[in-house]
This record gives sequence, C-alpha cells and structure tokens, in this order.
Amino acid sequence: MSLITVTDVRKRFGENEVLKGITLEVGRGEVVAIIGKSGSGKSTLLRCINGLEQINDGAISVAGAQLLPGEAALRQLRLKIGMIFQSFNLFPHLTAGRNVMLSQQVVKKTPAPEAEGMARRMLEQVGLSEKFDAYPDELSGGQQQRVAIARALAMEPMGLLCDEITSALDPELVSEVLAVVKQLAAEGMTLVMVTHEMKFARDVCDRVVFMHQGRVHEVGPPAEVFANPGTPELKQFLGML
Amino acid sequence: MIEFTYWDIIRNLLLATRWTILLSLVSFIGGGLVGLIVMSMRISKNRIVSAIARGYIELFQGTPLLMQLFLAFFGMALLGFTVPAWLAAGTALILWTAAFLSEIWRGCVQAIAKGQWEASASLAMSRFEQMRYVILPQAIRIAIPPTVGFSVQVVKGTALTSIIGFIELTRAGTTLTNATFQPFLVYGLVALIYFALCWPLSKSSQILERRLNVSHNRH
Ligand SMILES: Nc1ncnc2c1ncn2[C@@H]1O[C@H](COP(=O)(O)OP(=O)(O)O)[C@@H](O)[C@H]1O
Ligand SMILES: [Mg+2]
Repeated sequence: MSLITVTDVRKRFGENEVLKGITLEVGRGEVVAIIGKSGSGKSTLLRCINGLEQINDGAISVAGAQLLPGEAALRQLRLKIGMIFQSFNLFPHLTAGRNVMLSQQVVKKTPAPEAEGMARRMLEQVGLSEKFDAYPDELSGGQQQRVAIARALAMEPMGLLCDEITSALDPELVSEVLAVVKQLAAEGMTLVMVTHEMKFARDVCDRVVFMHQGRVHEVGPPAEVFANPGTPELKQFLGML
Repeated sequence: MIEFTYWDIIRNLLLATRWTILLSLVSFIGGGLVGLIVMSMRISKNRIVSAIARGYIELFQGTPLLMQLFLAFFGMALLGFTVPAWLAAGTALILWTAAFLSEIWRGCVQAIAKGQWEASASLAMSRFEQMRYVILPQAIRIAIPPTVGFSVQVVKGTALTSIIGFIELTRAGTTLTNATFQPFLVYGLVALIYFALCWPLSKSSQILERRLNVSHNRH
C-alpha cells in the first residue's frame, strides 16, 4: 500500500506552469530519488507534498488522507511527513537539543523530560549525542544538517522529504549526511529525495524518477534508469554529469 | 506678583516632568501592545485583515500627531463626549506610537529568513506557534535598537499634548514663562530636561545596535 499518492498534480506560479500533471506513488518503506535539471520542478513537487505550496489541480494523499487546505489538515499531514531542506534551517536561537525538542513540546505537547529523552536519542542516532548544548552556528554544515534530520525524526514521521540536503555542503561533509540517510533507508523509513548524488541514488534508492519540464519523464529502478535511459533528455542529463 | 527663585522654577519643572515620563511610559507600553496586534494583522495572510492594518498605519503615519491630538480632544467634544486632556493625550499617543512600532517590528519579522517559516511549518507548527517560538524570539533581538530609538520620538511627542492643555513639562514651562518673564531661562531648562530624558535612550539604542552588529549571530 502506498504512503504518498500524487495524482495528476498541476502547479502554476502566475502564468508559469511548473508542474504539468504529475502522477507518482511512493510505497511504505520505499526510497525514491528524484533527479532532473535545475528548474524542472523537483523542489516544487516536494513542497506541494508537504503543503508549503498549494496545488492548482489534481490530488495528493498521504497515508490514505487527502491533502486539503486549512491549518488543521496541514498539521495532520505534516505530522506524517517531515521535510529536510538544502539550507538546514535550524532555529539559530536554540541549541541543537532545543531544536529537536521544540516541536515535540509545542505541537505534540510532549512534557519536557520525554522530549529531551527523545532529542538525545535522535541526536545519538545521527551521531551528535555530544552536541546537545551546541548552538547551530557552532556546528559545521554537515552537523547542522544532521541535527535537522534528528529534529524531523523526533516527530516520528512515516516519511521524509529531502530537498537536495547535501547541495549546500562542502564535499568532505556530504558523506556523513548521506550515511545517516542510508541508515534511515535501511531501517525502513520512507524517503523521497531530490538529489544530485547519482552514486547514492544508484546504491540506496529503490526507484529513480527523472523529471523534465514539469513532468515525470522517466521512472524505474536505478539499475535500469542509469544503464538504459529511455529518452534523449535523460541520456543528455546523465551525460552532462 | 510672586517672586520665583531658580529653585522654584526647577522644582516646578521637575514636578511636571513626572507627567511627561508617565505619559511617555503609558504611550510606549500601550502603543507597544496595540502595535503588536497591528503588526500581526499587517502580516496576516488574510488580505482584508492586512488591508485594515495597512490603512490604520498609513492614516496615523500620514497625518501630524498634533492633528490626531486635536481630533481626539476637540473632535470628541464635538461629538458630545467631554474627554479630559490626559485621556485624549494618552489615546492619541498610544495610537500614533502603535502605527510606528508596528511598522518597525514588521520589518524585523520580515528580516527573518523564509526558511525559518518553512522549517517550522514542516514540523507541523501552527502560524501562532511559529510566531511565538521561532520568529519573534529572533525578531525581538533585531527589534530592540530601533524600538529604543523610537522611544525618543515618543518622549518628544508628549510635548505636543501641552497644546490641548495637558500639564506636562512643556506646558509647565509656558506657565512659568508667563509668571517669570524669563522665557530663555525657562525654556532652556525645559530643553535640558528633555535632553536628559532622550539622550540616554538614543545613546543606548546606538550601543545596542553596535553590539548586535558585532555579535550578529550570537545568542
Ligand atoms: N515561489 C515561486 N514563485 C514563482 N516561481 C517559482 C517559485 N518557486 C519556484 N518557481 C519556479 O518554478 C520552476 C521550478 O522550480 P523548482 O521546483 O525550484 O525547480 P528544481 O527544484 O527542479 O530546480 C522554476 O522555473 C522556478 O523559477
Ligand atoms: Mg530545487
């Protein structure tokens, strides 16, 4: 049974139609990589799934519940699906530990001791147990991104959307973040990742989605997509790299 | 005619200064509370709510404070309500202060990176929770210097209330001038007292701003 169902979704910014009818299913525990040129609508698709953008047409449902506008419905959706951003977006006025505790306490009303326990476990899971009291600006980019992952995991989501989460990192810091993601994938977390890390997509993902000009241009298991691209656009895209 | 010693003049001015300080505090605190509401309305996603706030701000920023005081005092009287000078003065100054503070604060809220809104939204926080726990704590830090700076304008703004008969520092100065015929001395002292009130405020605003720039990412 699928966790995320995207059906014929269209999204316009003014006259500019960015998503031109996207249909996609993501199964529970599945790891999907989305690849494609800059501007092809990858981020917009993830943002629509998380309700950060409102769709103009089509439907999105998560765990059987249709995504509707309105704060209460969005809240329910976002409790099921977390999101990690390219620019980390940690809260700079809070320590790493507090970053991970905040939404548990505010949204789920988890009492402070439990929230702290959860925060410590999640930071340990991403290899940062000793950074509980560090502020974001005292951490490297890779560490900040791992805190962001811990922060999303602390809400116990069914799936995570990752939008180029290693693109803002210095090359030597990429692998520590990807290792965490790989671990999550192995534990059965549902992941939808926009990524430029083709090797990672090939090794870790169950399925690769190639987006081109607002459409899903090609889909398939990584072995197939990378070895035998079916369209000239994908061939060109892979050749470019 | 009664003779006024220097001490009499100073004592009377200082007594009236209490009212300048009290009116400044009331205007600033009241204006701050109203300003917070107006600011929240101004950044609301609801266009009507936001337009109401914008209209309010433009109205109060686009007319002289003196006219607002006249309208609060004489206008209410025309409508059949007798408002005491202190009430008219307090109300007009609160509304005027709110219009400016709400715009100063809106700038500070909008200076917070969009990613902070998106990250907190993706963690399922409501708009109020985002404001309360993520945006405002960051915005307040950058808002402190301009807010303290604006408090100087409030203190100076209270001088206008003398015209509708509220007895504060400037009004006391006028009264004393009429009794002593020493306008230069009296108004010189009045100016000195205003300076003593305002200078520490503008100075601390500068210091706070410098400190914020040095440690722009500290906690
Ligand atoms: N908020 C927005 N307003 C207007 N246009 C946007 C907005 N967000 C994205 N776009 C446009 O949508 C297109 C796709 O963007 P995006 O989804 O970010 O692509 P990708 O992530 O694949 O690089 C781009 O042409 C971009 O300019
Ligand atoms: Mg993108």
